[in-house]
Amino acid sequence: MGMNMSEKILARHAGLDSVEAGQLITCKLDMVLANDITAPPAIKEFEKIGGNVFDPAKIALVPDHFTPNKDMKTAELTKIVRDFAREQKIVHYFEVGHDAGIEHVILPEQGLVGPGMLTIGADSHTCTYGAVNGFSTGVGTTDLAVALATGEAWFKVPSAIQVVLRGQKPKDVGGKDVILTLIGMIGVDGALYQTLEFTGEGVASLGMDDRFTIANMAIEAGAKNGIFPFDDKTRVYLEERIKDYEPVSSDADAKYARTVEIDLSALRPVVAFPHLPGNTKRVMDIKEPIPIQQVVLGSCTNGRIEDLAAAAEIFANHKVHPDVRCIVIPGSQRVYLDAMARGYIRTFVKAGCAVSTPTCGPCMGGHMGILTKGERCVSTTNRNFVGRMGHIESEIYLAGPQVAAASAILGRIAEPKEVE
Amino acid sequence: MKAEGKVWRYGDNVDTDVIIPARYLNSFDPKELASHCMVDIDETFAKEVKAGDIMVGGKNFGCGSSREHAPIAIKASGVPVVVAASFARIFYRNGINIGLPLLEIGDDVEKIKANDVLRIDTSEGTIEDLTTGDTFKAHPLPGFVQDIAKAGGLIPYIKAKKK
Repeated sequence: MGMNMSEKILARHAGLDSVEAGQLITCKLDMVLANDITAPPAIKEFEKIGGNVFDPAKIALVPDHFTPNKDMKTAELTKIVRDFAREQKIVHYFEVGHDAGIEHVILPEQGLVGPGMLTIGADSHTCTYGAVNGFSTGVGTTDLAVALATGEAWFKVPSAIQVVLRGQKPKDVGGKDVILTLIGMIGVDGALYQTLEFTGEGVASLGMDDRFTIANMAIEAGAKNGIFPFDDKTRVYLEERIKDYEPVSSDADAKYARTVEIDLSALRPVVAFPHLPGNTKRVMDIKEPIPIQQVVLGSCTNGRIEDLAAAAEIFANHKVHPDVRCIVIPGSQRVYLDAMARGYIRTFVKAGCAVSTPTCGPCMGGHMGILTKGERCVSTTNRNFVGRMGHIESEIYLAGPQVAAASAILGRIAEPKEVE
Repeated sequence: MKAEGKVWRYGDNVDTDVIIPARYLNSFDPKELASHCMVDIDETFAKEVKAGDIMVGGKNFGCGSSREHAPIAIKASGVPVVVAASFARIFYRNGINIGLPLLEIGDDVEKIKANDVLRIDTSEGTIEDLTTGDTFKAHPLPGFVQDIAKAGGLIPYIKAKKK
């Protein structure tokens, strides 16, 4: 029996010739990740086991959620991470500023994750690295603590859903529209405990940043991971980032629990209505105008250079609507510099956007744009749960960068083509 | 472990952002977390929950963020076990890892109502609704995951293995 991509990576790291769905295995890890919220309790648990970390070069610690620290308590959390990184000589500790940013933007960007690699992270969006043909998944702090000590984790091999992408996406549609459409189709628990494996000729039309967005939100369908095949675009992206890697591809007779098809050419821009990422609706189907007060452009989902490029193109020669605050957050220092070199930052500031240093910020209601009662936000982030960005009576509409930019300009949820 | 207590009943897709909102993640002290548990969908829970009370949810309980603060907040509230139709996977792992038993019973969960009194044997996976007389059987934990649960969580399990 053939294996799919995820099974091949898991088998390789378990030292087995083959694995199948449902099997319990213990795997060696290539990269272990935590942030300023999840690392401190993991460090406390790690200390119960004692000793040194398994490999200081295979751990990434990224204070990105409440940073630059918003108050004394969060400064204390980051200090716990910083002190631990120094004491354990962690190679990949990312201090605010420097060459840092949001964890799931910087790990692929700096070649710390790649094809065929197995990563766990104490953050649910760790599944992002499936975009570069790796197996990666989120865990909690106890799993993380044990991984720091042993370099291993247990897994139940997930069954797989094959998502076949057909055709070419229209220009005003991006990775966010693809993943929100999929979650709308299968539901927020549609892939519970499973793998989402993206395949089909439509994959080739998706840029790497589209793929990062799609893999990033696999968790929003309940999936353990999302994974893309390795192709020319992956190879080009990885040049000068990572040297040694071993891509995986699915066997022709690999087993899938089911297959879902999406015709990319038929997609239109979508938003996910409050309070679930699966409440997807095409913007063109919205009958009554939905006025908004805030737009957030950034996050581990949509804070990469192509996301900013798509938004900047729409903002050129336009102003943010007088009733709207538009907050733009480049996902990393490198993205920030790149956006500056390409003139996007100037475009954003001239349009009236507030441009912030890289941070998770408002996405999970940390800081940098918290909503009060009755406010509505169009956000390129990943969750629109009750109270996620502030008051429990505020509303988040999830969208891609193009819809976010168009909505910021028009002061209501809008399609990119509505901006003249 | 055996438990008997009153049901706090919630619906489908209870996410970790409502179990413990991110604005309280500037602490990882279990008591502090418990004092804000469920506040965004149920202000009464943290105030009125009694040790031994049981939390019951619908499908996909614990979806969203990987924050282990969520099962910790529930456990520190005095809730000894959570019953649901299904659990989101990271929450499920976290529950097992910190020694908070999670029982999955599928659609049967719809028969359990708020304020029912349940009697649960987590090692047998049996649930008795003393209010209605219904009994349910939870899906068993697979393989060595059972050993982790029996050890009281992943850290005690790993420490015992090291010895």
